[in-house]
Amino acid sequence: MSDVPAPAPGPGPVRRHHWIVRLTHWATVVLLAGMIASGLQIYEAYAHFGNRGGPYFPSPFNDAQLPAWSRLGGWLAGALNWHFALMWPLVACGLLYLSYLVASGEWRALVFRPRDLRGAIEMQKYYLGLRREHPPQGKHNPLQKLAYTFIVLLGVLSVLTGLAIYKPVQFGWLTWLFGGFQAARYWHFWTVWIFIAFTAVHVALVFLVDPHSLMAMITGWYRGRFPSHE
Amino acid sequence: MSKTLGRYDATLRVDRRAFLKLGVAGGTGALVAACGWDGGNAIRPKLLTVSRINDWVGEKILLSPTRLARTYAPADRSPSLPSYFISATTPMLQDPRLWRLRVDGLVRQPLQLSLDELMRMPREAYTVKHHCVEGWSGIATWHGVPVSAVVERCRPLATARYINFVSFDAGYSNGWDWASALHPQTILAYGMNDNPLPPAHGAPLRLYSPIKLGYKLTKYLVSMTLTDRRPGGYWEDQGYPWFAGL
Repeated sequence: MSDVPAPAPGPGPVRRHHWIVRLTHWATVVLLAGMIASGLQIYEAYAHFGNRGGPYFPSPFNDAQLPAWSRLGGWLAGALNWHFALMWPLVACGLLYLSYLVASGEWRALVFRPRDLRGAIEMQKYYLGLRREHPPQGKHNPLQKLAYTFIVLLGVLSVLTGLAIYKPVQFGWLTWLFGGFQAARYWHFWTVWIFIAFTAVHVALVFLVDPHSLMAMITGWYRGRFPSHE
Repeated sequence: MSKTLGRYDATLRVDRRAFLKLGVAGGTGALVAACGWDGGNAIRPKLLTVSRINDWVGEKILLSPTRLARTYAPADRSPSLPSYFISATTPMLQDPRLWRLRVDGLVRQPLQLSLDELMRMPREAYTVKHHCVEGWSGIATWHGVPVSAVVERCRPLATARYINFVSFDAGYSNGWDWASALHPQTILAYGMNDNPLPPAHGAPLRLYSPIKLGYKLTKYLVSMTLTDRRPGGYWEDQGYPWFAGL
């Protein structure tokens, strides 16, 4: 990355993230970590997917004993109480964030649309070394848009699959939509590993490509290589 | 220009402090996770308070008193359904002929019902999915009398809001909200999969409903008491969600 000529330095720090974005971002980090840790403790009570007597869904985590440091709640009841308490602020965070995106028009800089496809391919070429110069971009490049759109949808999916297994009779249509109680439980569990994989790549890219974006998510001000706005 | 810069600096300083706080919170979170923490004396009561709010949301907002759980064909039954009891050995009656279900509390007509009398009352049978709080599920057929039919017969007082179901298994009991207890699929079951209720599943009589988690379905019943004060329960008193509606 060091041999890539940096874009001409901008006129100084630019305002990048509204306080609502920063607040909901970091609150989500803490709350989602709590949801995942309590969820893994809940999972331990029955580490299978499928009705009694089978057949069971394929999963590398069948009968898995997850390490103690990854679990929150101490036992099933404790974990359930953490899980069902943290779900409220987490959903509130998500709604606040989405409301901000809509109200501010910021969603235009974040939502991946068909016209971003070409740019996404160019970005991919750049990352693979098939293209030397960084393609011009707005606030976020098309691959970032794809990632951020995906992660919002994953959040929605985790809430909906959660509701489907929380109240499989009252939300019976939702449970049915996901293929039944055990299938909904299965998808709810998989969203965890996708969240973890996303976070690993997200954090790695921040440090490898644009470390200034970390300070931007903390202070709101960005002073790195990609200061342009759409 | 200098004004803008000044504001920029202030924002930075405030946010550094906020970031530090966040770091501390995150560190605590990691530590908490490391200990398998249930919240301790400081947070556990708060979690239980939220759990009571969730009970209220479950009962007053999400529960439909008439929506029925999906039913299945007998061919869909699971090969087996796990069961458990609190006592050291399977709870059994000394003399089953002497067994009666006591119905009392806020009623005009207290009842002592034998199994024969219960079997002569309106009958309900369905094949439904059983959901355990642990995450497993299984399908079985249940035969019994709707709780609503028994409640009608004891002529409840208008003040009755809960029913406390009590077993002869080491003091096991469950408190139920009124709407769930009177749901059309909530029954006192004396049969399972076309056979008399087996001792492992709560013979001679157990509570059954596809709209509650398994731990709310009192086995080895001896009494149901109508009350105006929310009764606890065996698991509920240890911290499990009280409402546990599906």
